[in-house]
Amino acid sequence: MPAWLRLAPGATIALLIVPVAAGLIAALLPAFGYFPPLGGVAFSLDPLRDVLAAPGIERSIGLAALVGLLSPLVALALTFVLLACVWDTKGLSAVRRMVAPLLSVPHAAAAVGLAFLIAPSGFLFRLISPDITGWERPPDLLIVNDLWGLSMMAGLVAKEMPFLLLMALAALPALDGSRRRMVMASMGYGRGTGFFIAVAPQLYRLIRLPVFAVIAYASSVADVAIVLGPTTPAPLSVRILEWASDPVLSTRFTAAAAALIQMTLTLSLLGLWMLGEKLVAQLWMRFTTSGIRSGGGKFPRAVGLTVSLLPMLAIAFGLALLIIWSFAGRWRFPDTLPAGWGLRAWEQLGGGAMELATTSLVVALVPTIIAAVMIIGCLEVEHATGRTGGNRSLLILYVPLLVPQVTFLFGLQFLGVVLRVDGLMASVMFAHLVFILPYMFLSLADPYRRFDRRILQVAAGLGMGFWRRLFQVRLPMMIGPILTTLAMGIAVSIGQYLPTLLIGAGRVPTLTTEAVALSAGGDRRALAVAATLQALLPFVAFWIALAVPSFLARRRRGMQIR
Amino acid sequence: MTPTSVLRPLLVSAALLGASNLAVADSLENFDALAEAARGETVFFHAWSGDPTINAYIEWAGDEIEARYGIELEHVRVTDTADVVGIVLAEAAAGRETGGSVDLVWINGENFIALKDAGLLYAPDDEGWAHRLPNWDVVDVAGNPSLTTDFTVPVDGLQAPWGTVQFSFYYDSEEIAQTPTNLDELLAWAEGNPGRFTYPQPPNFLGSTFLKLLLAYTIDDRERLGAPLPDDDAEAALAPLFAYLDELHPHLWRSGRTFPANQAALRQLYGDGEITIGFANNPAEASGAVARDEFPASTRSFVLDDGMIANSHFVAIPANANAPEASLVVANFLMSPVAQLRKQDPAMWGDFTVLDVSALDQNVQDGFAALDLGAATLTPSELGPAIAEPHASWLSAIEAMWAARYQGG
Repeated sequence: MPAWLRLAPGATIALLIVPVAAGLIAALLPAFGYFPPLGGVAFSLDPLRDVLAAPGIERSIGLAALVGLLSPLVALALTFVLLACVWDTKGLSAVRRMVAPLLSVPHAAAAVGLAFLIAPSGFLFRLISPDITGWERPPDLLIVNDLWGLSMMAGLVAKEMPFLLLMALAALPALDGSRRRMVMASMGYGRGTGFFIAVAPQLYRLIRLPVFAVIAYASSVADVAIVLGPTTPAPLSVRILEWASDPVLSTRFTAAAAALIQMTLTLSLLGLWMLGEKLVAQLWMRFTTSGIRSGGGKFPRAVGLTVSLLPMLAIAFGLALLIIWSFAGRWRFPDTLPAGWGLRAWEQLGGGAMELATTSLVVALVPTIIAAVMIIGCLEVEHATGRTGGNRSLLILYVPLLVPQVTFLFGLQFLGVVLRVDGLMASVMFAHLVFILPYMFLSLADPYRRFDRRILQVAAGLGMGFWRRLFQVRLPMMIGPILTTLAMGIAVSIGQYLPTLLIGAGRVPTLTTEAVALSAGGDRRALAVAATLQALLPFVAFWIALAVPSFLARRRRGMQIR
Repeated sequence: MTPTSVLRPLLVSAALLGASNLAVADSLENFDALAEAARGETVFFHAWSGDPTINAYIEWAGDEIEARYGIELEHVRVTDTADVVGIVLAEAAAGRETGGSVDLVWINGENFIALKDAGLLYAPDDEGWAHRLPNWDVVDVAGNPSLTTDFTVPVDGLQAPWGTVQFSFYYDSEEIAQTPTNLDELLAWAEGNPGRFTYPQPPNFLGSTFLKLLLAYTIDDRERLGAPLPDDDAEAALAPLFAYLDELHPHLWRSGRTFPANQAALRQLYGDGEITIGFANNPAEASGAVARDEFPASTRSFVLDDGMIANSHFVAIPANANAPEASLVVANFLMSPVAQLRKQDPAMWGDFTVLDVSALDQNVQDGFAALDLGAATLTPSELGPAIAEPHASWLSAIEAMWAARYQGG
């Protein structure tokens, strides 16, 4: 390994630390009242007091905690149930094909689609009205924006499941499912029980990091909360946004203090989750040694499949509704389908759409490739030295995912203005790099570490140098995980709204900024057009990530993904 | 050497330096020279972009400005103008006094006041500029006080008027024969039609405007709204307003347990048939929505008898703008008769003009008279009396009390 490659981990850490540190300082100082540009010249606890004195704040924090714990828990449980049902069957590849398109749907678009589906004026109620219900008007029912955040949790579960599934599917081949299944079957365990005993514990260990990311995300998400979450009061993240965007400047201190509380909350939830892990591990051991072998029957399997597929079906349905809306003319309740059709919404976006799509793609591709190179560099160094950096580097990796975006970005924006690089496409790419790097690292690290070293040893024994081992053996054999990681980078980048808007000073318009800007205006058809286009790019990326490896592996049975 | 030929290189170099307010101030007296000096510059216009029709209008304005003045207008998409205020603040905090990223911003009310109070608005030789633009001569200063006083704060020429709106309700005329004319009738209607009326949750702009309307109708003396609300008086002064809300809320959509987030959400509720009465700041909004098939064709508008809240919106130039001269040219064009006429056309946007139509050329007057505002839009005379925005302190007090009362969960 060339010596200069050893700089890779340092460079990566610096990339994650420097902007985040700036963001953190810009969040922490004002949280304690100190930020001279806004007139705060002395440290005080007033901003924290202001937050805690805000009406309904306990409930806002409680909601964030509830959503932050329950939705990952349900998503994880359903992911495992689904895998238990399809594990080592043809169904697995069906699930695999389903995951990428669902993952590529931007959160905001998915939430809007879900609302179209389940709201009292939504598709489900239209289906049964007025014939069954007799309703000529949408019923006055509190479904979307319900006070306990149930519809918000449903939306999050549905969007988190594809992410966890993707991670699980990427990790599953390493566990050699077929052989485990045979061993379990030989001991009389059914498919479901066999999965939970022989695969689930190790699988969980492999996708633990993604689960943490999901917890951090769910506890601080804003866009889904705005569409589906409660409003009286709203979850903490939404209230931070409100404070941060209040034109009265003094409320930025309140926002910073609330962001600090948000960060503390997210970290506490992770701690709580880790305690829960210990408890579950104990129970799991009992279950494993109990000798119970049932649970593989047809009926539980059908129930499991239905329940675990439901959230994702809802997203798919919502997306279909979104597309229908983009072509809809008059569509009043209780009409099940639009009374008229039209292309007006598509024409209005017109030629600008191509330009927006190009910008989105360029802004996504460049940082994705840079991130991939940096990550592979880090993992190679790790491979050569045997040092993973342990928990410390893990925490560094997580900082961009744990600090609420809106706070972190105020710092990044500040930095950009000081350095006079705001509004440049390169700056936006840099900001995206900071946000996509952790996700891509999480996506690639485990498959990379699990790569069979013996193959590399054989290659070295045959006289291959470092670069040939890397480019002729390791990377080609890992084409699947690598392409999936690249697609992940593109999908995350295209979903980025705040970094694009704030760091780009609004001068780098993408499909996402267009979609969110339109969602503020309420022309459902125009929103549907932008969201459809926005979902298309990552969809294509994931499709390539799946199609290319299967094409390359069509004559190599050992590499085929089952 | 003629005076202009001396001036021009000066102006050009001033434009290149981007930081010579004095030269600009002199040339405000000579607009043509200013426009000539600004040729070739780019104006980054930060404007709310939630409505494709408005975006298309801005695109048209950009093409016109390019053709007339050789200035390029870049529409920077904005979801919330407060974000733009944030950008300007961040730049000020970072000490960037010139070359800022915002050249021109669509703004009014709270956001304007925030920038004005922070001293971050462009003011050549410490004076406003809007009243020194050529097209100011035809602005309806006498007839529309909200053009010079924005939310009770004097504009001082620090922003140029762009459009003016008046709050109005829209409703489905197939469902309602007799529309409410005052608050008691509105309450009675809500009681008789539970779940069919609501308002966006404050501090959303539109929801707050609705509360200000209620305030204007429930306060003992409307004159008080022009002055700041004394802290110790807030409870008593706002008591009738909240008594009314306490009565109204149980009859609202979802029994007042949740509220739509914004104007867009309110429009969707009406479009989906969940509510029968909605409202908007722009009186032309309902007609536009009918034309886009969002609202039923039977949609009409109404106002309450004792007037509705009216306000204006403006364009302002941040103090650190990169191209202030070119921004002046753009601001002047946006309030030109040709641009204002097109803007009031419901097919193009439907935003009411800030000009005194009677002072314009006859053919432009005819153009305004010929506009078909749409069945769901009230004419300026049907809109009735305008109520000025109350002093900002009233809204702050209302928002705080609203949150404490209804957001406690």
